[in-house]
Amino acid sequence: MFDIVWLVPLFPAIGFILNGLFGRALGKKAVSWIGPSAIGLAFLTSILIFFELLKKPPSERFFERIIFDWVVSGSFHTVIGYQIDPLSILMALVVTGVSFFIHIYSVGYMHEDPGYIRYFAYLNLFVFMMLNLVLANNFLLMFVGWEGVGLCSYLLIGFWFEKDSASNAGKKAFVVNRVGDFGFLLGMFLLFTSLGKHGIWTLDFTEVFANANKLDTVTVTAITILLFIGACGKSAQIPLYVWLPDAMEGPTPVSSLIHAATMVTAGVYMVARCNVLYSMAPLSMAIVAVIGVATAIFTASIGFCQNDIKKVLAYSTISQLGYMFLGVGVGAYSAGIFHLMTHAFFKGLLFLGAGSVMHALSGELDMRKMGALRKKIPITFWTFFIATLAIAGIPGLSGFFSKDEILWQAFSSPHGHFVLWLVAAVAAGMTAFYMFRAVFLTFFGESRVDPHVAHHIHESPRIMTIPLIILAILSVIGGYVGVPHVLGGANHIHEFLAPVVGGSEPGKSHAALSFVAQAWASGGENGGHSAALELLMMVISVVIALIGIGFAYLFYIKNPTLPKLLAERWKGLYRLVYNKYYVDEIYQVLFVNSLKKLGVGLWRGFDDFVIDGTVNGIAILIGWISSVMRRVQTGLVQNYAFSMIVGGLILLVYYLLRTIFY
Amino acid sequence: MLVEYFTIGIFIAIAIAFACFAVLASHFLGQRKPSAIKQAPYECGMTTVGSSFRRVPIKYYIIAMLFLIFDIEVVFLYPWAVVFKEYRVFAFVSMAVFLGILILAYIYIWKKGALEWE
Amino acid sequence: MKLPEIDLYLIAPEIILTAFGFLVLLADVFSPRTEKKGYLGILSLIGIVVAFFYTLPLIGSGKSGFEGMFTADGFALFLKVTFLIIAFITILISMGYAEREGIAFGEYYALILFSTLGMSLMASGTHLITIFLGLETMSIAIYVLAGMLREDRRSVESAFKYFLLGAFATGFLLYGIALLYGATGSLQLKEIATYIASKNLLRNPMLMISLVFLTIGFGFKIASVPFHMWTPDVYEGAPTSITAFMATGVKAAGFAALIRVFFTALPQFRPDWTSIMWLISVATMTVGNIVAISQSNIKRMLAYSSIAHAGYILVAFVAGNDIGISGILFYLMAYAFMNLGAFTCVILLGKKGEENTLITDYSGIGFKYPLLAASMTVFLLSMAGIPPLGGFMAKVYVFSAAVKEKFYWLAILGVLNSAVSVYYYLRVTVLMYFREPQREITGLQFSPASVLALIIALIGTFYMGLFPANVLSFAQKSIVGLM
Repeated sequence: MFDIVWLVPLFPAIGFILNGLFGRALGKKAVSWIGPSAIGLAFLTSILIFFELLKKPPSERFFERIIFDWVVSGSFHTVIGYQIDPLSILMALVVTGVSFFIHIYSVGYMHEDPGYIRYFAYLNLFVFMMLNLVLANNFLLMFVGWEGVGLCSYLLIGFWFEKDSASNAGKKAFVVNRVGDFGFLLGMFLLFTSLGKHGIWTLDFTEVFANANKLDTVTVTAITILLFIGACGKSAQIPLYVWLPDAMEGPTPVSSLIHAATMVTAGVYMVARCNVLYSMAPLSMAIVAVIGVATAIFTASIGFCQNDIKKVLAYSTISQLGYMFLGVGVGAYSAGIFHLMTHAFFKGLLFLGAGSVMHALSGELDMRKMGALRKKIPITFWTFFIATLAIAGIPGLSGFFSKDEILWQAFSSPHGHFVLWLVAAVAAGMTAFYMFRAVFLTFFGESRVDPHVAHHIHESPRIMTIPLIILAILSVIGGYVGVPHVLGGANHIHEFLAPVVGGSEPGKSHAALSFVAQAWASGGENGGHSAALELLMMVISVVIALIGIGFAYLFYIKNPTLPKLLAERWKGLYRLVYNKYYVDEIYQVLFVNSLKKLGVGLWRGFDDFVIDGTVNGIAILIGWISSVMRRVQTGLVQNYAFSMIVGGLILLVYYLLRTIFY
Repeated sequence: MLVEYFTIGIFIAIAIAFACFAVLASHFLGQRKPSAIKQAPYECGMTTVGSSFRRVPIKYYIIAMLFLIFDIEVVFLYPWAVVFKEYRVFAFVSMAVFLGILILAYIYIWKKGALEWE
Repeated sequence: MKLPEIDLYLIAPEIILTAFGFLVLLADVFSPRTEKKGYLGILSLIGIVVAFFYTLPLIGSGKSGFEGMFTADGFALFLKVTFLIIAFITILISMGYAEREGIAFGEYYALILFSTLGMSLMASGTHLITIFLGLETMSIAIYVLAGMLREDRRSVESAFKYFLLGAFATGFLLYGIALLYGATGSLQLKEIATYIASKNLLRNPMLMISLVFLTIGFGFKIASVPFHMWTPDVYEGAPTSITAFMATGVKAAGFAALIRVFFTALPQFRPDWTSIMWLISVATMTVGNIVAISQSNIKRMLAYSSIAHAGYILVAFVAGNDIGISGILFYLMAYAFMNLGAFTCVILLGKKGEENTLITDYSGIGFKYPLLAASMTVFLLSMAGIPPLGGFMAKVYVFSAAVKEKFYWLAILGVLNSAVSVYYYLRVTVLMYFREPQREITGLQFSPASVLALIIALIGTFYMGLFPANVLSFAQKSIVGLM
């Protein structure tokens, strides 16, 4: 059964080839079938493998399938191989599952778009790359997936490339990601060479983690920080988050799939995958946690003042990613992954819902031109509302369980701290506020819809609403795989992931895994804190969320003039937040402009003059030599024979001289 | 080793010297009284008419070459015959294969029309 | 009475090639004259496939036989697989081309088979007579093939030039062999090496001269400077399919014999020939690349490029270590795919009476024949050594072999040459995509066989670039026991 793991990435690859190369010949209808069904089959295969995996005892839940040798160069040897363990299969399930529903949704959403076929080709390619990322059994293949999803993200952000803003956003995403990728690459190189010093030339996960204890703390800290820089780029954390809001230029299902549910979580996955390394470097973990929580609160505050519904969701995504990093940063890897999963459900749903709203309003994004849509598009409203409840952390929904787990770990874990908890809890309240602000502005109050648009508001077709409903169901029940013990539940997901990321019962059989156990022996458990305390913290966080909702209600339902009043009272602060703290502008001045100047200087001074001068000079010289040497070719056989004899004579003389003088 | 070559070298040198000496000696010692008849290309016999580079039918060469090929192959039969008694069946089969290939070639040139004069 | 050891399975591929060669010849003469000869091509393809399947089981056995005249070791078998692939693709591209250009001779296919037989013997020969016979079988067939376009003066001229100079080079080679025999009293490669080692003949002038003559003889076949002068003229005039065959097959066979003789029979002279080959390698790369720049005919350009590639391969020959020799095997196979592919594109761009072999003819075809232009680009980029194509990995192995043996300058010169070569390869691509067509090229016909050849070449080029490990490990296993 496990042997068929290669089928999982294969199906999207086939979909990509069929749609990309023969899409036009096959026609739109065939593409609509091929695109989603390729993902559906991959999803089905993942489910089969998942259940097969569940049958095994936790300590044996590991399988590697080497497809073939990829690079063999001296002592360096890498394979194309996939690995199944609880972490990778969970990621594969999330990726293929959410992708599947979003593909179906896209059939309806993109139906009128002239780039329909291209769209599905890219989307299939994305899923293929993403699966390579999560299923890879070594760093190099993971990096291929990592770059591949970056490429697809670039292509899909700039999908409507005829718009300047879209192609610029694509470029921005690509460039910012390159900064991160550079860190990732350096981290990988450092890991490779520093293990190589101990005679272990490998990038294979199992071998790397099994031998990680040979590395000293400083090296591991450097490696993990460099890898985290990569994660910052991909998962939009401070200071590299600036590309994600702009990425909303892409089609909405793309924002949902790539820029909310899957690709942006790759950084979290990577940190969780490298948990052995991170657990060895407390400093790196602290950095991850601090960056995570800072991102969470910083971008949540930006979300306060955004009027574009997708921008709100984008900042919310960044903020939620911050939570995940906070989780993995305090050593609660399973909590981070748990939140990753629930977030994929509800944030994917929120974006799809926003897409549905746009669909109803002929492409309107500005929440100031919405309102009172609750009755007109009920399915969209209810699903959107459920997702909002989930993200706000209302008890009983998935977001509550996962977020609360992170908050509790931030407080109680040996890597945690009260301040981390406090900031994260405040950010949670802010999340509740801006999300409910979005709901109220969009669906409640008075209609501010443009009269031209207003008369053909309609609910989306069924092909779009069904994925909404399914994701809404998942957003509700998705949390019940990880109900905390204190609420009388069983934290299944924690136990499921334990063999990979450590936990209450770490696996013992596998070499790499036993090391996890060692790394975890020092801590990671929430012993020492009482259940009562945990309950208290839970209540506090719920109260904070409710306060946030209450403020939103006060501001946007009860007294809609209040926000304006406040904005005028604290004009400076409002403008600062409204303009996203001018981060883009600061980057523009600090990096973009100065680099541009340097680039222009190098281009004009060094490149044009020195390099081009040299190159052109050499080219002219070689061209001249070439035309001279060409004349030797007379076409006369006797000349050719003569040259052979002369050549032979030279060799002979050389040999004779050698014989005499040596 | 080099000594052996050295003797050969001396031999070659003497041969060249002798040849040069003979030519030069006759050149300097001999008398020359050229006349029209003495200068003619053929001192006896007929003078050629027209160009000596005449076209010859290509068939002539083809047949000549084919004859040469098959004639030379027969040469192999001599050493074969000498050892035939010793190797018997092995020798027979080997030669049969060899001649078989020759016969295939023969069929080929026959069908190709290489043996037809017209 | 002792019978000579005979193991017919060992030479099964050769027997099959011979048998099918005769079959094609006879099928040709027994069929009506006017009929089209396409089926002979298919018959030859079958022969090659059968030979291939008789080659495969031999892999790994490492047997030799025929009183030390013949071996089926990994080295020979890897090359045989390469030769069979080359012959297969050549026949595929010939089927449409021969019909178009009016080459209505069944001998055409038979000669390709015979020439492949010769190459196999060269790779398998462990006795100078076997190697020489193989070389002659191959060469004579090629001489005829080069002149197959009987109506085309350039084709006839090319055949004649090749024959004259080839005979000249063969003379040297034979003389070299004779001297080797004179000095050591044996023609068996291992025995020669043993004798030289036991008698310490390192300063024997006869052997020195023999070394020079062998270098000339093999150097001619692989088109190395200064024995390369025939290459552009012959490549330009010969039928394009045969040019492709010569550039890949003959070169590979030449390297096979060169490596076999030098590494098995003359290892004691390695310091001597290493320094000479260093010089020849650099000269070959440089002359090939530099003169290629000023060519206006694509076939001539590819001829000079093939000279340059011989130079790159010689880099690994000079290094002479495990990576080097397996790198050569890898290189020869990768080169076969990309070069055959490029020549297939050259053929496909022509039509009856209009060959379109000027480089300027390629202007603007990128949008008219997108797939053809894209394939051509792939092959040219591969030859230029751009990742992720086969040519890149081949160069990586070859140059890393040189670096490993501390031939830094050789590797540097090789890489510099590689950079120069990018210029003329890219020029064609630039013309194809960024220039307006100079004249109308219409009505091209893509025969299914040549399209198949193109696809095989593309797959091969990409496969060897993306997944080099498989072929390389096969090559590494193949050279075990050679050195």
